Formats: sequence, C-alpha cells, structure tokens
Amino acid sequence: MTAVAGLRDRTDSETVFTVEWVPGTDLLLGICHCGARRRFEDPVELWDWLLRHPEGHVNPPGSAEPPPPVHEPALSR
Amino acid sequence: MGFPVKFARNRWYVAAYGNEINRKLLPRTILGEALVFYRTQAGQVIALSDHCVHRRFPLSESHLDGDNVVCGYHGFTYDPSGTCVAVPGQRRIPRTARVPAYPVVEQDSFVWVWIGDKDKADPADIPRAPWLDHPEWTSVYGMEPLNAPYGLLVDNLLDLSHETYLHGGYIGTPEVADTPIRTEVDDEQQIIYVSRHMDDAACPPFYAKSTGITGRIVRWQDIEYHPPCLYLLHSRVAPVGVLPDADGSDPGGFHVEVVYAITPETENSTHDFWAVARDFARDDEGVSDFLRESNRTVVLQDVVALNKLAEVLAAERDGYQELSINIDTGGLAARRLIAAQIAAGEGAEPARAPSTAATG
Repeated sequence: MTAVAGLRDRTDSETVFTVEWVPGTDLLLGICHCGARRRFEDPVELWDWLLRHPEGHVNPPGSAEPPPPVHEPALSR
Repeated sequence: MGFPVKFARNRWYVAAYGNEINRKLLPRTILGEALVFYRTQAGQVIALSDHCVHRRFPLSESHLDGDNVVCGYHGFTYDPSGTCVAVPGQRRIPRTARVPAYPVVEQDSFVWVWIGDKDKADPADIPRAPWLDHPEWTSVYGMEPLNAPYGLLVDNLLDLSHETYLHGGYIGTPEVADTPIRTEVDDEQQIIYVSRHMDDAACPPFYAKSTGITGRIVRWQDIEYHPPCLYLLHSRVAPVGVLPDADGSDPGGFHVEVVYAITPETENSTHDFWAVARDFARDDEGVSDFLRESNRTVVLQDVVALNKLAEVLAAERDGYQELSINIDTGGLAARRLIAAQIAAGEGAEPARAPSTAATG
C-alpha cells in the first residue's frame, strides 16, 4: 500500500483553534491560537469563547485552565 | 447559529464531473443560477447563463453550431464568451446582446465554476482532491440530488457519529459514535479538521469486503473540510496494532479517500457529489463495483434522512431550537466559517443578463 499522498500540509497559520475532547470525561477543552485554554460542557459556549479572542483570553500558555461552568448545555438556535 | 441556507458567493463550486460535459448542452443550476455547460471542439469546458437574452428561452434546449450556441427559439447565437454574434433577420446586433459567461476550471476530475464577481476568480484558490484522477489510485463516483439545504449535508458530514445509527451494516459500527473527536479550525486558511482515531474497532462490511481484513481494525477518520464545497475524509484502516512506520510510510495500511462536493442548487436543494478513491485492489473490478454500490447506498441513506429532516425544518424554520453536544463541535465550526463566507460574498450579485430596454 502506498502512503497517503496529496494530504495538504498543515500550514503555519497563526489562527488555529483546537478543541480536544478531554479523555474520560464529557468535557471539551478549547485552545485558542493565543494559548488560552478553557474547558466547557457545551460546544456552542466553547466556540463563543474561542471566537471572542482576545476578550476573556487571559490565562497565559501553560497555566491551568479555569474550571468548567457547572450547568447543563444550553439550547441553541 | 443555525445551519446555513443562503449562499456564499465569490467561491468556487463543483458543477459537474468532467466526463458529464461533452458536445451536448448540459443544464445545471448552481446557487440558484441556471447555467448551461458544453465543450468546445477543442475540448474546453464552457459555462454560460442558460437563459437567452432575447426572451429567456433555455439555451440548454438549443443546439451547438461549432463552438457557438444557437438559441432553439429565435436563433440568437452566442460564442463561448457569451457574446451574441448573430440575431435573426437583421445585421445590427444589440450592444447588450450577451449572456454571462462563468469562469471554469477542470481539475481532479471535477469541473469547478466560480459564482460571483469574475475579476475575483483565482484558480489557485480551488482546493485539491488529487486522488480522483491519480494513476496510483482507483476511484468510483456519483452524484445524487438532495432536496434539502446544503447546510444539512455539511452538518451530516462533519459529524460521522451518525454512521453508527444511520449506516449500520455498511460503514457504521458502535466505536464510531463512542470515540471522542479532536477538532481544529484554521481560520486563516478556512479549513476545518475533525479527527476520530479508533484503536480497536469492528470492521464494517464496507472495509471488510474491500480490503479482505477479517478481524478487528485500527480505523482512522480524518476529515478535512474546505468550506463551502469540498469535503475530504482521509480514511485509514489496518488490522489492530498495525500502524504507519516511523518514517511516515504505511505499507500495512489501507487508504480510502472519500470526497464530497457540496454544491447548493437552490436554497432548498443540493448537488451531492461523492467519490471514493483507494490505493489497494486497484485493478479489481469487483472491489470497484462493491464500493460504488455500497457508497451509493450510504449516500442515499443520507439523502432519505436529510430530505425528511428538511421537510420537518421547513415547517419549523422560524422558531425551532436545537441542542448541540460534543459530537457537533466540527459542524458548529463549519457553520461559523460559512456564515463568515456568506457575509464576505454578499456584495457579489448573481449574474444577470443586461436589461432588454438598454439595447444599443
């Protein structure tokens, strides 16, 4: 079998947002391109936070992210 | 933010497979614009507005004279640039007698058409799907009409957990829905990646019968979505424990590139282009037939489901609510990118023929 050919190389873009599903939990970890990290129970709230960059993105890279909000996922449009 | 219904203009869209377009006139509506496609005698693909400037007769119901289209109603004749070169009964051709011509690029077995301001069309912006006409890969493909907004297909393809429930017995197994995903959004390049790597999964018939693997598998699903139109699923399967080598080569893996082109026809219908390319059993017609039939079955399962969903949402559109959970992370990201693309393209007007009152 040949190696996968043609995969577009990941770029050096400086605006990559990452969302990881925290292993063993139902939580999502949002990682902004600025290094800010925060856990969420609701992907809608997560994207709202990520895309508000830099608003509320205060924790520097490497610091522990704030605890997740404690409530059920909100209904979203 | 709901799924998108409106269109992102100033973008490239797949209009057809290259082998669909020949010396016959092919009508196809893209983003609500009626187009007609044909090839010149030299083989170049031409896309014009399908409506004659005279009385709006469909040019696709007309005929070719060399490289020109002769309207089947009154004989208005258009060259490949859309310029009218002959009208019946008179020598003077009105200055505004032309139909819009659309930028077209033939690439990776697809015919891409630019919908928007022509001066902004850059072929370098077209995302690639090189496996579809690569000599070391074998492809099967098709297109199914979908009576649903394109945004529902985007939602569907960005969250593959539905394979477990909608496509059981074909491509779905319990591990797909049970395995967490990782999502990346490259805002600058406008690409969404959603990865689901299963270390020990049941092998669904789609892969068992095509690869010959009889036991459990490593199954990787790596989505690379270039909104709004091109969706790539880089799929790797191998017997459990068989991983790529340290140098990146992967002699023990079976690779399938599942490609979708999601092209809005109208706000309520979509051209669902699909293709499956593989790097194994490349000359085995039996495997090609099996993958073609299996994938078409899977696509039609989606079509039936999304058509029903569209009917429900059409009755509720102004007031419905939905609930998003972790599996929707990629789909939500896609909605946001497409919304930004729609906003960016809002200044681009649909192509229109000149006013009939403004004759020269």
